[in-house]
Order: sequence, then C-alpha cells, then structure tokens
Amino acid sequence: MELSEELSHYGELVKKKLSEAGIVIGDRVRVIDDTRVYEGILMPRPILGDENAIVIKLPNGYNIGIKIREGTRIEKISKVKHELKTSIIKEKTANNKPKVYIIGTGGTIASRVDYLTGAVYPALTPEDLYELIPELNDIAILETEQLFNIFSEDMNPQIWCKIAEKAYEKIMEGYDGIVIPHGTDTMGYTAAALSFAIRNTPIPIILTGAQRSSDRPSTDAALNMICSTIAASKAPFAEVAVVMHSTSDDESCTAHRGTKVRKCHTSRRDTFKTINGKPLAKIKPNGEIIMQTNDYNPRGKDISKVNLEAKFDDKVALIKVYPGISDEIIHYLIDRGYHGIVIEGTGLGHVPQNMIEALRRAVENGIPVVMTSQCLWGRINMNVYRRGVELLRIGVIPGEDMIPETALVKLMWTLAKTRDMKEVREIMTTNIAGEINVRSHYEV
Amino acid sequence: MNENLNYYEKVGLKVGLEVHQQINTKQKLFCKCPTIMVENGNFKTIKRFLRPSKSELGEVDPAALFEYMKHKEYIYEIPEEASCLVELDEEPPHELNQEALEVALMVALMLKSNPVDEVHVMRKVVIDGSNTTGFQRTAIIAMGGYVNDEEGNVEIKTLCLEEEAARKIAETEDKVIYRLDRLGIPLIEIATAPTIKTPQQARRVALRIGRILRATGMVKRGLGTIRQDLNISISNGARVEIKGVQDLNLIPKIVEYEVQRQLKLLEIRDELIRRGVKAEELESQIIDITEILKESKSKLIRKTVMEGGGVYAVKLRKFKGLLGMEIQPNRRFGTELSERAKLMGGVEGIIHSDELPGYGISQEDLNKIMKYMDVKDEDAIVIVCGKYENCKRALEAVVQRAREALIGVPEETRAANDDGTTRYSRPMPGAARMYPETDIRPIPITEDILNKIKSKLPEDPEETIRRYIVKYGLSRKLAEELIDSDRGKLFEEIVAKWSENATLIASTITYTINSLKNKGLPVENIKEESLKKIFDLISRGEMAKEAIPEVLEYITVNPNVDVEEAVKILGKGGISIEELEKIVREEIDKAKDVIRERGMKAMGLLMGRIMGIVRGRIDGKIVNETVKRMLEEELKSLKQS
Repeated sequence: MELSEELSHYGELVKKKLSEAGIVIGDRVRVIDDTRVYEGILMPRPILGDENAIVIKLPNGYNIGIKIREGTRIEKISKVKHELKTSIIKEKTANNKPKVYIIGTGGTIASRVDYLTGAVYPALTPEDLYELIPELNDIAILETEQLFNIFSEDMNPQIWCKIAEKAYEKIMEGYDGIVIPHGTDTMGYTAAALSFAIRNTPIPIILTGAQRSSDRPSTDAALNMICSTIAASKAPFAEVAVVMHSTSDDESCTAHRGTKVRKCHTSRRDTFKTINGKPLAKIKPNGEIIMQTNDYNPRGKDISKVNLEAKFDDKVALIKVYPGISDEIIHYLIDRGYHGIVIEGTGLGHVPQNMIEALRRAVENGIPVVMTSQCLWGRINMNVYRRGVELLRIGVIPGEDMIPETALVKLMWTLAKTRDMKEVREIMTTNIAGEINVRSHYEV
Repeated sequence: MNENLNYYEKVGLKVGLEVHQQINTKQKLFCKCPTIMVENGNFKTIKRFLRPSKSELGEVDPAALFEYMKHKEYIYEIPEEASCLVELDEEPPHELNQEALEVALMVALMLKSNPVDEVHVMRKVVIDGSNTTGFQRTAIIAMGGYVNDEEGNVEIKTLCLEEEAARKIAETEDKVIYRLDRLGIPLIEIATAPTIKTPQQARRVALRIGRILRATGMVKRGLGTIRQDLNISISNGARVEIKGVQDLNLIPKIVEYEVQRQLKLLEIRDELIRRGVKAEELESQIIDITEILKESKSKLIRKTVMEGGGVYAVKLRKFKGLLGMEIQPNRRFGTELSERAKLMGGVEGIIHSDELPGYGISQEDLNKIMKYMDVKDEDAIVIVCGKYENCKRALEAVVQRAREALIGVPEETRAANDDGTTRYSRPMPGAARMYPETDIRPIPITEDILNKIKSKLPEDPEETIRRYIVKYGLSRKLAEELIDSDRGKLFEEIVAKWSENATLIASTITYTINSLKNKGLPVENIKEESLKKIFDLISRGEMAKEAIPEVLEYITVNPNVDVEEAVKILGKGGISIEELEKIVREEIDKAKDVIRERGMKAMGLLMGRIMGIVRGRIDGKIVNETVKRMLEEELKSLKQS
C-alpha cells in the first residue's frame, strides 16, 4: 500500500511530524507529550474521529488514540519486519471427489486477521479455504477465482452478466457445481438474475455469504460455505439457489430458490427466506440434504441444452406506492425514456387514483407496467376491487406471486429480448425459472 | 514481615494483579438491555460453534486452539428481559455506554491514571463459548497511576472497560450451556504491574483497589461481581495466571502455594536433568493393556471392560518416584498429569505407577504390565480407562505435560480451589489475539468530560477512613468495616445529628446487622429510614440503645411494621427517671430483709431484678447509678433508724 494512502485519514500536523521523523505505518514509535510516554506500532487511522489523534498498537495488543499537539514528539524506534506466512495445509488430491468452482465476487467468505495491524485480509485460494474451513477438504476439490471484489450494494446488471458468463463457462467445462460467495445485501437480486440468465443449468449454482464477518470465531460463513459446497457437490437439484443459515443456530442451512428468495432481516444469520413457495432443501454439515419440495429441476449431465441469455435492460424502475404518492414520478420515468416500470402496489395490487392517468400514459407509450405487492406474501389479484379492474383495463400486467425484486430483474431480462408489449406480457406472466407458482400453498 | 520479604525476594517472587469489577449501570456496555440476572424461566435456546481465527502470521492462539480441540457445542439460554440480538451475536453492537465510560474514568482519576485521548474498542479472541461472538470487546481507558501500600507503591499498568462474559450454567463432555443475562454487563479491569513482592501485599493491593471501586457508588455488589486474577512467577519459573479468585483473604495463601508449586516443579526439572531424561525420549506410544489385565480383581478395570472400554498406558521413561511428589498440599505432580488427561480426553482420571499397587491393581498385575510394556525399574507408567479415542487424547496430554516438566514450570492459566491450591484450566493465551472492533467508532475523551468527572470525584477511601478515626473517634477496624459495608454515607447522615454516639452508630450499622445476617435473617428488610428512626428515638430517650438488636431483629422478620410500632410491641418504649425511681423504690421495699442483712452487697440482687423489668427501655448505666444512689439512701436511713 502507498504511504500516502495509508496516512490518508491523518491530519496535516500528524503527517508533518511523521514525515519529519521518517515514520511510516507499521513502524515502532515512541510518542512523548508533557507527562506521558507511549510506545507501540503506528496504525492506520479509521475514517472517523480526531484526525490529529494517532493510533498506536501497544505491546499488549490494545490500540489507543493519542492526541498530537504542537509540542508532542514522535520518535521512530525501529522498523517492524512483517513476514507473511503462507498456508501450511496442501490440497489433498483425490479424483473421486466432486469438483466445485468458486467464483468470488467480493465480501469475504473466509479471511485472515493480521493481529499485528488488525487488518483483515480476504482468503480465497483453495489452500486458504481448506486451512480455514478444513471440512471442505472432505467434500470437494475446489478451484477458485476472484472475479470481482465489490460491495454487495455496488452490484449492477453488467456485473450479473459477467458472473453469468463465468458460471456458464464453468458449466460447459464440466464442474459438478458452482459456489458464488456474494455480499448479502443484493444477493437475492443476483440470484434472480442468474436464474433467468442461465437457462437449463444441469448443475446447482449456489450463492452464499455471511452476516457475521469471517474474521470472527462466531462467523456464519464457515457453515454457509460448508453447506453450499455440499449443495454444489451433490444436491439433486440443478437450479440457482441461495444457501444460508436456516435458523440462528449453527445447525443447518436452507437452500432457497433464486427467484423466490429475499433478505428479510438486517443482521440475523437466518435473514434469507423463501417467499411464496417452499425452500428447495435443508442441508446439514454432515452432508445430509433433505429436499423440502418435489418440484425442482433435477441435476443432469447434459450440457447441450444450456443456454446463456445474459442480457439485462437497466432502464427499468421499481416504484413503491405509498399514501400521498405523486404521479410525477411516473411522468418523469416516461419522459426520461425508461423502458419498463415495476410497481410495488398496496394489497392485492393497487395504486391511488391520481396515478391512473400517468400509468395509462406509460402503457400507451410502450412502457410495460408490472404490478407486484408490497405485502410480499401472497398473489396479485386486480379483479377484486374496482381500482384493480381499472389498472387491468389500462394494460397493467399482473405480476402474480412474484416478489417485487424478482419482477424487476425479470422485466430487465425480458426487455433485453423484446420491447413488444404483447411478448413482454406473455413472458412476464409465464413461469420461466420458478418465479411464479400458479398455486398458492398453505404455509405455516 | 522483613524475614518474609527476604524469603520472597530470594525466590524472586513477582505478582501482578488484575481486578475485574462489574459496574452497576442501567444498561449494558453495547446494548440497551438492563444489567440484571434472571434466575428462573423457560428460556429459548440457540446452538453455536466457534472456530479459532487464524492470524496472518499463520498462528492460531494456543488458548483458542485448545478450546476448539475440545469440540464443544455451545448452547445459549436467552432470558428475554436481559438479552437481545446483540448478545445473540445477531446484531452489531450499539454505541459504548457513556455512563460506564464515566465510571471508568472516575476510577482512573482516583488511581492517578492517565486517560487516553481516544478510546479504541478491541476484539480479544476468547473461544470457550463465554462470548457468543468468540471475542470479548475491551478497550483501554487509561494507563499508569499507582496504588499506595506500606511495602511500596504498586504501579497500575492499564485500566480497561470491557464486556462481562455469559455465565456458565452447565457443562458436559461435549457441550457447555451458558445464559446470556450476564453477557455485556460493563466491567472495569484494573491490571497492576508485576511488582507486588509478598503474598500479604497482594491482598492489601486488591483490597485497596476494591475500596476505590466501591467509593464510586456505581459498582455491583454480591457474589461474583468482583473477581481477581493473579499473575505469579518466581526466578527460573514462569508466569502462571490464576483466575477467578473471589475471596481476598485467600490471596496470600494462593501466592504462597504457587511459589511452593513452582519451586517443586523446578526441583523435578533438576532431577530429570540429573537422570538424563530427554524430551524426545518421551514418546506418546499408547499401549493397550486390557488383555494383560483381564484377570485383574480391580473393580475399576472390570467395570471399564464390561462397558466396552479398554485400559491403555504410556511409559514415562526415568520418571519413577516423581509422579508421587507433592507439589502443593495434597496435590502431587501426578495430579497435574491427571488434570490434563481429564480436560483433553474426558477420562475420569489417571492411575500412575507411583501409587501402585492400589486401586485394586495388585503387585502381580503391575509386574505383568511392566513386563509387557518393557518398563525398567527407573520408569513410570500412566494408565487410563475408557474409550480408545478418549484415552488416546488423555495420554497424549499426559506425555505433553511430562515433556513440559523438562522446562520446569509451564506457562498456563489455572483456577483457584477453595483451599488456596490451584488446578489447570488452559494454556496461556498468546499475545496475538487482539484486533480492532470495527463496528464501533473511536471515542474521544474530551477535557469537558474529564472536568465534569473531576468535579464529582469521590473522596479517596483511605482519606474517609482517616476522617472517621480523627473526627468521630472510631477505631480503624470499625472505620474500615464501615467502608467495606458500603454504609459510610448512611453513617455520616446519622452521625451528623448525633455525633457523640459515633461508635454506637457505626457498630450498629456494621456488626449488629452482620450478626443478624449471620443468624440467617433477611437484613435487606432493614431500610435506611428505619435505622435513622431508631437513632432518633434513642436521642429523644424514647428507646434505650440496648434494645437496638431486638428491634432490628423484629423489623427483619416483620418488614411491614415500622420502628415505633416495633418498639411499642416489644415493650421497649423508654421510661423516665421518675418511673425508674418508682420501680427501684418498689424493689427496695420488697427486699428490705436482704438489704438489712447484706448492706451494699444486695446491689447485685437488686440490679438483676430491676434490669429484668427495664432492660432495653433505659440506659443500663442510668439504672446502675439510680439503684446505687437509692440503695445508699436506704442504708443511711436504716442506720439512722
């Protein structure tokens, strides 16, 4: 790392004193002010806080912040040697184990802590993974690739395409399964995108992540990674799925169908839920896979039918309706040349009266409008109340029991194929990748 | 004392102290849960595992690895009223509790310790399950300062604010049950430099720190709310950390016994070197001797075999006689091997050759084993019973400990027993187990906060004790008792109105209450208001001070009765001098014959009778004076007539 970058959160006074003394991050230093003397290793400064307080790591491992004033002296004691040891466990080669390909996208499913500096480094080589999660050794032969390193919230349709292309390539190369570690915030969107982009996958494509960072002993990443690798290796289903903790316990994970899954809690391990359907399976770290439904695409060997349709039209908006919402927002989208609108309506699929005209204008301008519900649970039905009937009459497409995010991704995918209103309606109301269940099952 | 000091100076004793004190804040350190314990209820539970984090340096902390090797599953009980998602490690920590920070700063200033300018919360890896996260959040608040002591001032190294661990409810071979109520209660940790020189000094320093903490009026009281750890070493020995000492009076004994233990271990090391033992000769080759012992009459072995287990042994070359050597009262070197075996293998214990024949194993059995294992006369063997996997782990741990004997004293963490001896608990945690808690921003300590705290800094408890002695004439013991009972404030309130009876007030609110407590009475029913009332009544002559214990006892058992009523019910309402004189007159009249016969010697008899009537209603001294005066008058008038 560049010196300037490491010192970037320090103030001018500190920078001046450090450069005068020839001190860089990681050096052992002595800080002397009127009454106090501290010795320790100079650390980078966190973004927040007093930029003229320097952070040093004391020999006992603690960090403290010391305010630097004009009269404070900072002396260099020594340069710290910092050698990185490489992994010690070597991959065990056994040809009869399934082969799983891991596509890193960012976030860290496994990481190492540098206790000297407190920095956390992602670990994604197979050797690192075997060392940090030794159980993986018994499950599969892993190959890894860090395709991206971006935050979940910075994902976008272009990146979905790159991930889909890479997954397609690996399917064609004959892997038994694919695991994609991914930040949890938008994992549901990526799961839906891959579900549409890769048609007829013969193998499971598993997205997984962590709600507790992988540097901590209590991380959920280890169990999630173990269960994901098990699913990729030998699950009977060949679908895109999110595999994460079933409950708050470290006991099992649940595989959720990529088009029916949603992040439902800001921080809990069991944040992902299947909405309007049954999860695919429960997976235990001992290798057991308990299917929760009979309705799934079975795993196969035939790669001749696999089709990559990785194109998304990003001129699509998702609008949540609320009491008092103005129609301006719809007019804005039309005027700005948007290609499609997904509405997260109230209840069975409603909007206030004042939006009707704007939506009519959208449809008349060749912009498909798809209705979903902010209830999340349940199906759209616009025949029950008059407002619904009005919306149907102007040409709003009922999104059935799709969750709004999936409807958004599907409309992006559809509009990349066709702008024909009839075709769009046809695709949007037909089940492509498990996103629509025509029967609503009673769930407890 | 000097002789003592010389002895400990010679062995190079160094003791460092760590005092952990729970703070009585309204909310926990990193969430808004109350700091209460929940004793009963049907708790929901969660099940978790922890993994050691590996550092970039490729190291795993030895203590962390040790816990992981035990393959434990952790069950957490979730009392709803005292835990939330933060304790469950299902929600990031909230901001650091400001109230707790202020208490910590207050203690820092009392110890003349320098607060840091910016507090950085760290994660200290602890994977015994006592923290759901696998680490304890801890931060240095201040450094430096000192505790004064008659054998020299002891420097304070650090003052930290940290979160209390979950409390352990039960433990079995493969799981530990914790309850989450205690997790996250703020804790102040004060660590001294290892410059304490004698066992008694260790106790005094702990006491002094405890008093300073209590002087804030903001710490929790009761069992387990304050704990001390001792770091003890001698020359050529090693730093041994003894955790969880609750009774201050046990500290000197623990230090003495640890010195003894380390000296003995050094003796053993020297003997092993003399015998030419090499670490590489101590192989953990485990031998199955179940078949050899199939004829044995030992009940233990028969039972093991019947349950499908086996009997396994290792040879410790040239260790004969050393396993039986006593290193602490009633604890032998063999005990140390046994503790490792129990912890690592889950076996019930070990049998070693220094205690054989025994346990039903006969000389004949022993001979057979020795022959089979090719054991020489100078060797020792260790035997364990049970499942092979367990025995293997147990015996490997035994050999490991035997190898460590060649270095002398292994660095380790031990736990205190009630008699002052200690038992093994785990290896010493490495230094490299700390990294920043990135979920919490650095917290500045501003001049404003420090000034605010300086303005309400409590009096140093040493100063308070001195004041009680000088101003109120209390004995040192009574003054200290007041401080340690936390009733100093109450004492000062009462004594302000009634200073001539300071000693009575002090002893009432300490000794008298303690003796009721020792009788098993619920003294928590005695309200401060009741105590104030009692002294009010006494000062107005409406109750005699002799009645204090009886009235207090009555109140503990009948908490709804107020003091005045209690006095009335017990018939302890005070009587006037006139009333007393009337009673004395009556008694003198009744005893005229005796008085005529025995003169002043009738005093005892009269006092006895009169006190029987007035005890607890008027000062005994007044009774005595009145009876004496009236008896003299009676005798004078008898003479005249």
